[in-house]
Amino acid sequence: MKNIQIDAVVIGGGAAGMSAACELKSRGFSVVVLDRDEEMGGILMQCIHNGFGLIEFNEELSGPEFAQRVHSKASSLDIPMLTGTTVLDLKVEGESRVVHCVSSVQGVIEIRTRAVVLAMGCRERNRGNIRIPGTRPAGIFTAGLAQRLVNIDGYIPGKDVVIIGSGDIGLIMARRLSWVGCKVHAVVEILPYPSGLTRNIVQCLNDFNIPLYLSHQTTNIFGADRVEGIEVTPIENGAVDYDKSFKIDCDTLLLSVGLIPENELSKKAGIEINPATNGPWVDSALMTNIPGVFACGNVLHVHDLVDFVVEESRRAGGFAADWLSGVRPQKELKIKTGANVRYVNPSRVNPSRDNKLYLRSLVVKNDAVLEVKVDNRVVRSIKKQHVQPSEMLSLNLGPKELESAGIDASVEISIL
Amino acid sequence: MPEVFDVAIIGAGVCGANISRKLSQYELKVALLEKEVDVSLGTSKANSGIVHGGFHHNKKYLKARLELEGAMMFDRLHQELDFPFERCGIVVVAFHEDEMRAIEQLYWQGVENGAIGIEMCSRERMLELEPTLSPDTVGGLYAPGGGIVEPYRFVFSLVESARKNGVQVLSQFKVESATRQDDLWLVTGADGRQIQARYVVNAAGLYADVISAAFGGEDFNIRPRKGEYYLLDRSAKVKPRRVVFPVPTTLSKGILVVPTVEGTVLLGPTASDVDDKEDFATTRQALSSVLQTARTMVPGISENDVITSFAGLRPVYGEDFYIDISQKVPHLVQVAAIQSPGLTASPAIGEYVKDLLKKDGLRLVERTDWDPYVKKTPRVRDMDPYALDGLVKEDPAYGDIVCRCEQVSEAEIVAAIRAGHTTLDGIKYFTRAQMGRCQGAFCTYRIIKILMRETGMSYDQITKRGGNSFELKGEL
Repeated sequence: MKNIQIDAVVIGGGAAGMSAACELKSRGFSVVVLDRDEEMGGILMQCIHNGFGLIEFNEELSGPEFAQRVHSKASSLDIPMLTGTTVLDLKVEGESRVVHCVSSVQGVIEIRTRAVVLAMGCRERNRGNIRIPGTRPAGIFTAGLAQRLVNIDGYIPGKDVVIIGSGDIGLIMARRLSWVGCKVHAVVEILPYPSGLTRNIVQCLNDFNIPLYLSHQTTNIFGADRVEGIEVTPIENGAVDYDKSFKIDCDTLLLSVGLIPENELSKKAGIEINPATNGPWVDSALMTNIPGVFACGNVLHVHDLVDFVVEESRRAGGFAADWLSGVRPQKELKIKTGANVRYVNPSRVNPSRDNKLYLRSLVVKNDAVLEVKVDNRVVRSIKKQHVQPSEMLSLNLGPKELESAGIDASVEISIL
Repeated sequence: MPEVFDVAIIGAGVCGANISRKLSQYELKVALLEKEVDVSLGTSKANSGIVHGGFHHNKKYLKARLELEGAMMFDRLHQELDFPFERCGIVVVAFHEDEMRAIEQLYWQGVENGAIGIEMCSRERMLELEPTLSPDTVGGLYAPGGGIVEPYRFVFSLVESARKNGVQVLSQFKVESATRQDDLWLVTGADGRQIQARYVVNAAGLYADVISAAFGGEDFNIRPRKGEYYLLDRSAKVKPRRVVFPVPTTLSKGILVVPTVEGTVLLGPTASDVDDKEDFATTRQALSSVLQTARTMVPGISENDVITSFAGLRPVYGEDFYIDISQKVPHLVQVAAIQSPGLTASPAIGEYVKDLLKKDGLRLVERTDWDPYVKKTPRVRDMDPYALDGLVKEDPAYGDIVCRCEQVSEAEIVAAIRAGHTTLDGIKYFTRAQMGRCQGAFCTYRIIKILMRETGMSYDQITKRGGNSFELKGEL
């Protein structure tokens, strides 16, 4: 078995992992990136549509182009990146963090390190997770699997398609499948509002006359060998009204019903998970409950835009570099989620420096106010034209807002 | 001329598999006929996977005797073959004093049947044996000999062993008709294939009545009784250590909470009679009752841990198993109505059917070269890093992890394909790839590619489980 000693290990070679690694390397630390796929770039590689990079690069790129930019930077910094490499476990041994990984080329490698950045991304919720009854025929795919099959492997999963859930990947796939000659009969969303970005509703559904059924639940799946149709039932006043159920014929179902941070490795390592995000609990430096283990990108919480992932991951890499330089956690204030806020990440702030926070609303609201209170005193109030759960909000809190806060002050963020 | 066999077994479920492996010990030419593309795709695939404790049935029934005998045979089979099995013990929970009287009856029934180590338990004893139980438990029954098994892996391994010892497996052979010809059965399949056999064993599960009719045998009716299940992720917070049973009803043994050998948790089954033998649809009502009932016993169970649901059909006819030599036609043995505890009893059914065939005149000469062992496929998820490193040196494909949720390597997928499992479901049941929390979202495309590479199939021949269950509909 090979042994490696290195300053830091980044698990996951998508935009998050590569960005964190770049930061670590440019701060002078040795780092290796591990990815289980055949090439670096993660899920971006199958996202051949554009819309990436408007914030990060100030231009509109496709997924692979965005990945290429981040990858070039990592390559120019001579960061070793191991593909086809699956991490088996992560353990703590005194001051060391020990990672075992395996690949067909290298066999098992034991890496001893002082800092680990978790950047494993997320996975899609599936039919079982949302518990749709019915038969179990061929022709049911998660939207991401269908995207992979079409965009990379060149196969068409089916001809007559219904998409369950209005997540962004589902919307993008509605357009993609229409382009390759499939008929997308409907998008069925259980909530009264879309789960994906507004721009995707317009560009991927409206432009192709694909009906979007809001407040409709998929209540049955038909077909023995291959999908033959689904039963859709409207939700009225919060109750499913089975008298109004109707059938849509199709041979293929795509599920785009949410993403879950992929934290099986983290859980096995003993990292505590925040039930609101399904990602690790982290402090203001994006460090998990295991000292020296950091998390960023979609493994921490699901982002809307890769640009935000990169921003967050760069900070995570920086915090890991701080840790390697001997910086240790200081007194932090805990953030309380107030009215209409689902979560704030990280949920702690360091009052002596600037803190970038990402948060999600629980409600759809026009002319909203994002309000920050310290010990019941409003220290910040920001007007928002429109908020909705599917669009992540960001907020900076620094010494200006927090300097007056006492040692056990309560910081509360609300959407009013 | 059709090939002539000494014995043809119809149906490659857990009974057919056990019977064929048993017969492979003798100087016989045996065929195992299966209508589906792979073995174990019927009732043997979708059940609770329990080795029962020997207390549920009165020993006046054949099923009670075979259950007990079969249960004792699992340890040896586990050594010889390659399937997951564990004697984790069974508890039956009572929630009030009336139920304790039923528990007492089960206890005495178990004692009379000869179930080993069975005991009645106080509330305290129950909660010590199974700490995840509801605090409302008043007491119960404990059967330490009860256990859990992966039913399809059990069948796969039995069939592999049978095949290794000369049994011919003919898949996609759907028996349509049979006639007597020169003292032999001439058996014709739906695709026109024919074989001849001196003896026929009807182990056709849900279709045993149809097969009996095709042979002019006894007239009976197999009615399907549906059981629906939920499967929970292995990362579920609350996982029992033992199989948890409620006090049974006349209709079924009730909805169980089963810790599977692979670390997931199975909830179910329900019991409802249906008309269609192909009705494997799950229903809203049944699934919600599964969750509710499971939660009354183990309150920590959460619907957030559900990764999939499925339904299986029990072949119901009368109270008991129907295993006998046909009284109507020559050289036909009926193995029908094998519902619970069929899986547990199945090794004993193999012995029993062998004896029936002997009684009916089949000459049994033991083979000297019979090999009871099959090669155990190494599994990455069971290995420590050092062992895995050594294995990757021998075969690099063990270092390529295809299924991340269940840690299944490319080498294991290839082994499944080479063992004859060439559908996505077949590979799933053999390797567990696609069976974890992502349900194939990350690995299906890779498995499709490996399947195409290993078998030479094109993309439009790949199916989920044979028939018309084609996975892909076009190419760019």
